[in-house]
Amino acid sequence: MSTSTAEGRLLRYVDALQEAFAQEMARDESVFLFGLDVDDHKSIQGSTRGLLQEFGPERVFTTPLSEDAMTGMAIGAAMAGMRPIHVHIRMDFLLLCMNQLVNIAAKAHSMYGGSVKVPLVVRSMVGKSWGQGAQHSQALHSLFMHIPGLKIVAPSNAHDAKGCMIAAIRDDNPVLVMEHRLLYGTEAYVPEAPFEVRPGRARVVGPGDDITVVAISNMVPECLRARDLVAEVGISAEVIDPVWLQPLDIDSLLASARRTRRLLVADNAWLPCGASAEIIAAVLERAGPDAGIMVRRIGFAPVTCPPSPPLEAAFYPNPGTVASAIHAMVRPAAPAWQPDPERTRLSYQSSFCGPF
Amino acid sequence: MNPENRGDSDTQTIVRLYRRMRLIRHLEEEIARVYPTDKIKSPIHLSIGQEFIAVGVCDVLTAKDRVSITYRGHAAYVAKGGDLRALVAEMYGKRTGCAKGRGGSMHLIDMDAGVIGASAVVGTNIPVAVGFALAAKRQRSGQVTVCFLGDGATEEGCFAESLNFAALHKLPILFVCENNGYAIHEPLSKRWATDRLVERVATYGIPADRISDGSLTTVRARAAEAITAMRAGAGPAFLEVLCYRWQEHVGPNRDYDQGYRSADELAPWKADDQVARLADRIEPALRARIDAEIRVQVAEAFTFAEASPFPEPEELYEHVYS
Ligand SMILES: Cc1ncc(C[n+]2csc(CCOP(=O)(O)OP(=O)(O)O)c2C)c(N)n1
Ligand SMILES: [Mg+2]
Repeated sequence: MSTSTAEGRLLRYVDALQEAFAQEMARDESVFLFGLDVDDHKSIQGSTRGLLQEFGPERVFTTPLSEDAMTGMAIGAAMAGMRPIHVHIRMDFLLLCMNQLVNIAAKAHSMYGGSVKVPLVVRSMVGKSWGQGAQHSQALHSLFMHIPGLKIVAPSNAHDAKGCMIAAIRDDNPVLVMEHRLLYGTEAYVPEAPFEVRPGRARVVGPGDDITVVAISNMVPECLRARDLVAEVGISAEVIDPVWLQPLDIDSLLASARRTRRLLVADNAWLPCGASAEIIAAVLERAGPDAGIMVRRIGFAPVTCPPSPPLEAAFYPNPGTVASAIHAMVRPAAPAWQPDPERTRLSYQSSFCGPF
Repeated sequence: MNPENRGDSDTQTIVRLYRRMRLIRHLEEEIARVYPTDKIKSPIHLSIGQEFIAVGVCDVLTAKDRVSITYRGHAAYVAKGGDLRALVAEMYGKRTGCAKGRGGSMHLIDMDAGVIGASAVVGTNIPVAVGFALAAKRQRSGQVTVCFLGDGATEEGCFAESLNFAALHKLPILFVCENNGYAIHEPLSKRWATDRLVERVATYGIPADRISDGSLTTVRARAAEAITAMRAGAGPAFLEVLCYRWQEHVGPNRDYDQGYRSADELAPWKADDQVARLADRIEPALRARIDAEIRVQVAEAFTFAEASPFPEPEELYEHVYS
């Protein structure tokens, strides 16, 4: 388990991503970055800003709207010795890439007996708020966690955005990077020199004794807010960011849950067959029958994401619902408790404005 | 030709088309005007400048016929007779919206009017529209399906797969590609090796035509020919209609200052604005009356949307399974 560092400069998540690409592309000629709109003036919210100018159109290019074929193309290039980074503005579009990712990228190394490798990075962004609705809001990491051969990482802050991206680019396996639109503007200290946040290491982002809260992607800042809220009523929650979802650092999660004997997993996704279910199953399996760990999950409501504001608000977990869940687990005999809704608001969440 | 419209005098036709065109234009201008108030919290894709395609095609359809639309679908929704108030309410996320606040701007639908839905994953509506055409053929309903799509959608694999199947089964479907030259900010030159789209389509055995004069009259005439043949069993047809998106890809503004395209591109299209062209052919007093009626109609739709209730949070769990 590593702890967060305070070295480096304060950088936005989006700029940390950009820095990772710029540094890795300068270091390694075989890295190239492509996907719809990576080279336009909006440059994927700024995350690919300046790369076209610096590395030229052979290494930074847009594509036709052909996600399926472009994924296969990237896989082939990777097998031939390149290091492609394929970019998608929404994670929902990965469903068009599913066949190539699952049937080729994940399996090539294994089904060809180790004679090839697929050092591919697939970036995609989860959308939330402003009526993203049914098809622009999905976080599909669980689908990919199911598949041996794929690695999945969900950086929750600028530091990890850079470190995980560099680790993903240097990894010899296909790595899916799940970014989150609402994290793009958030800041953290990020070292200037290239560094890696390697697979399989969770991080305690807020220590505590009464309960372990495992938070995925943008649920990390939301759970940290929930941690503040429950602290006001005397509950000490430990928030852990698994960072990498595949491979998962179960040991760190288990060590915390053994100590607090309560495990809540907060995902920015649906629960059935999800990352939350996997984490709980893996922890309990390893803990054995006598560990006495109380478990619970919180995530999307089991419905299609609605754009209507009151429905959308009810669809997502938030610091208030997480805090209530924590309270219910730590003080099961006490009456249900809800923090003041105004106090649960997150500034970065309410500041987002359209049009997209 | 729509039998309901047969025997129209020229003037009646012009007035009818002008009404549709003006209604759509005014509606979208109002959406753009209201948008900065944040009452519409949903990504809007305006079709200002492209309305002539939907209006020309839908004018030759019957009420029973169907249109499959995209996230840039306001024009076709209205042109096909979709409920105006339900459209605006949907943008507001209200319970009275055409999808009860569960679709948003990108997923308009009005099954009663033959608007069979809009997808925000580009190209996904194409095979679904083919399925409606297959059903119509099997059910011998005589219904024709029109599938609207953008130039970008032709790059998806399911486009080619759908064309092949529709041709193979001689399905009653008219594909209408609104080629505005861009997918978001990416011009055709960065996405196609050649622009011979209609030739590509023709090799599937589908009659394919390119309309490059930007004229509502031409679109309407070609659509009428294709649909008449289709009703007689001719199978699918394809129209590529060149057009221009006047506004930004998503949102209420113009974006000629962003560097990816210049206002010079807009100029010829604007000079040939099909709304203005039709307006010129209508006697001023009548035109003023129509414009006034449309202003009232659109204002009423917005008032309706504003006054409608939001869904209650408890309604979240409805409509997951039928
Ligand atoms: C499968 C898929 N890929 C990418 C996107 C992102 N995207 C939304 S609209 C759009 C451009 C589509 O262009 P076109 O089909 O020409 O339609 P237009 O917007 O010009 O009307 C893109 C790339 C998407 N929604 N779906
Ligand atoms: Mg286009």
